[in-house]
Amino acid sequence: MYLLIFALKRLAAAIVVLFAVSVLTFLIFFAIPNGNPALRLAGRTATPADIHNVEVAYGFNKPIYVQYVRTMKQIFTGQIQSYTQHLSVFSQIKRGLPATLSVAIGAAIVWMLIGIALGVIGALRAGKATDVAVSTVSFLGISSPSFVVGFILLDLFVYKTHIFPQVGYVPITKDPVSWFTHMILPWFSMAFLYIGIYAQVLRSSVLDAMTTDAVRTARAKGLSPTKVMIKHVLRVSLIPIVSLWGLDFAGALAGTTLVIEVVFNLQGVGQYAYQAIGALDVPPILVITILGAFFVVLMNAIVDILYAVLDPRIRAGKG
Amino acid sequence: MVDHAASVVSSSIEEETTGSGDSPLRLALHRLRHNKIALFFGVIFLLVVIVCLLAPVYANDIAHTGPDANHISEVINLNGKPTPVVSTIGLPIGPTYHSKFFFGADQNGRDIAVRLLYGGRNSLAIGFMATIVTMIGALLFGVTAGFFRGWTDTILSRLLDLIWAYPALLLAAALGVSLAVGGVNLGFAHLSGSSIFIPSMVIGVVYIPYVARPIRGEVLTLREREFVDAARILGYNRARIIFSEILPNLSASILPVFFALQVAQSIVLEAALSFLGAGVQPPSASWGTMLSDGSELISVSPHLVLVPGIMLIIAALSVNVFGDGLRQAFDPRSSRH
Repeated sequence: MYLLIFALKRLAAAIVVLFAVSVLTFLIFFAIPNGNPALRLAGRTATPADIHNVEVAYGFNKPIYVQYVRTMKQIFTGQIQSYTQHLSVFSQIKRGLPATLSVAIGAAIVWMLIGIALGVIGALRAGKATDVAVSTVSFLGISSPSFVVGFILLDLFVYKTHIFPQVGYVPITKDPVSWFTHMILPWFSMAFLYIGIYAQVLRSSVLDAMTTDAVRTARAKGLSPTKVMIKHVLRVSLIPIVSLWGLDFAGALAGTTLVIEVVFNLQGVGQYAYQAIGALDVPPILVITILGAFFVVLMNAIVDILYAVLDPRIRAGKG
Repeated sequence: MVDHAASVVSSSIEEETTGSGDSPLRLALHRLRHNKIALFFGVIFLLVVIVCLLAPVYANDIAHTGPDANHISEVINLNGKPTPVVSTIGLPIGPTYHSKFFFGADQNGRDIAVRLLYGGRNSLAIGFMATIVTMIGALLFGVTAGFFRGWTDTILSRLLDLIWAYPALLLAAALGVSLAVGGVNLGFAHLSGSSIFIPSMVIGVVYIPYVARPIRGEVLTLREREFVDAARILGYNRARIIFSEILPNLSASILPVFFALQVAQSIVLEAALSFLGAGVQPPSASWGTMLSDGSELISVSPHLVLVPGIMLIIAALSVNVFGDGLRQAFDPRSSRH
């Protein structure tokens, strides 16, 4: 019961943030830019009458809150169209979604698995050398833009050695093996930022967990080291990683895919946003920004609720 | 969004309380002097800055060309053989490791090494300006929220949460596009859409919540300390407590650490933003725009992206490691296991 109330409260708070996000994103595109958007849309050789027609057609002459309601209506009914080619924004996003999900989900799995493996090895062999290795990887991660990592991997493994196929996206439904080989480099380029940090976080929480009474008792009663590691140490030390993972996944899906898809020509939602940025085509960027922020806010709420399920103390504290 | 760079830096840094008369700042500088790795990387970053500042010297006296000068139809003498700067099929010359075209040329026959240094000035300038914007905004938000608490804190924290809801790159791209369209009217001055102040402001604003939160937390604990109580008893007003007690304490603890960290973060975000076309606008160069221009030819002329890419990583890495050294110096107890 408490859990349900906590979940409902958390979701209600998320809905307030979602509303605020939609207003702020709208203002970014409709209040901040200087100059009349109708001038740009009407083209270079437009007459004053043409400009007036564009203003009326797009509602630029209406008060800003009317424009907001109108735009949100277009978004939530799925009717919003791009300025340049008058294509439905949502059908374009739907077309790009499989590629975007492939790269983000795969990358999140890669950094989670490698991060856990490195973290556990680092904790078991605690000492100066492993410490230096793990922090070197995490410093390199936070210092290298993922698209630069992508370029370096492309140069090494596609153009110099031909180990992996040329860039592009192959749908998983068409050819799963080819999908996989096309995805490996994007996954690693995206995961590079996180691997070292996850290893670092896990390493310190494993080291903490190994000194707890529960683990000492488990060892004393004669459990094998592997069993102690899996049943007692990892179970406790994975909790902070899991919540981190939810938030990072949201950030990567809605942020890093923009650059990674361009580098590897994956034709996903991120590349769609990139093309819209190049053409200064507002509706696709508006919708993708709102959807991206929505996804982050919802993931935040889900992670909080999951956390409350896993750890009753949080429920007591907040709910 | 989780700010990982900040997680490298511990969020609560307490100053050391010692009986001796040494100030925390002096103690920290003393510890920093003994951190050889941090100093080494600090020197590397300094070298990157100096080399970029010397761009005109390199351009005039060594390469004898400018950052935007086209040599597309010229032929240079390379190891005794005449070699076109850009071949007939459009391939630019690779690194020559001579004074001219040290790192090769780009598609337009421009000297990459010269552009690297001039572009680096823009990248570094944006990194520093964005960091100043972030620090000022974060101090305003964080100190006000932490010092006044209550409703002020609730409202300011919710505002920051709103910015936090966006992935940094997505929000920066949205703001970058919307500002690049028509420039910015500041009332007293007009910034054109291609001014490097626009990406600086955008990046600076996007990172405000990441720094404001830890500052708020620090101020919440600082305001309960004895010396603040003492100032209150002496009858100091709030403004005087903030300026003579809280701010000096922040600037001798977490501010320098976040400054270094944000310079690195801002340089990295500038590159991604310019790569997407929402950052530095042509004709200005930056490491990000060089990466963007070079990406078309990566399969045949990898030096176009590798040179600015590796330079960018060296700059960000060196200032990140130096920032971590600052963190350890200001907070010797937070060892990372």
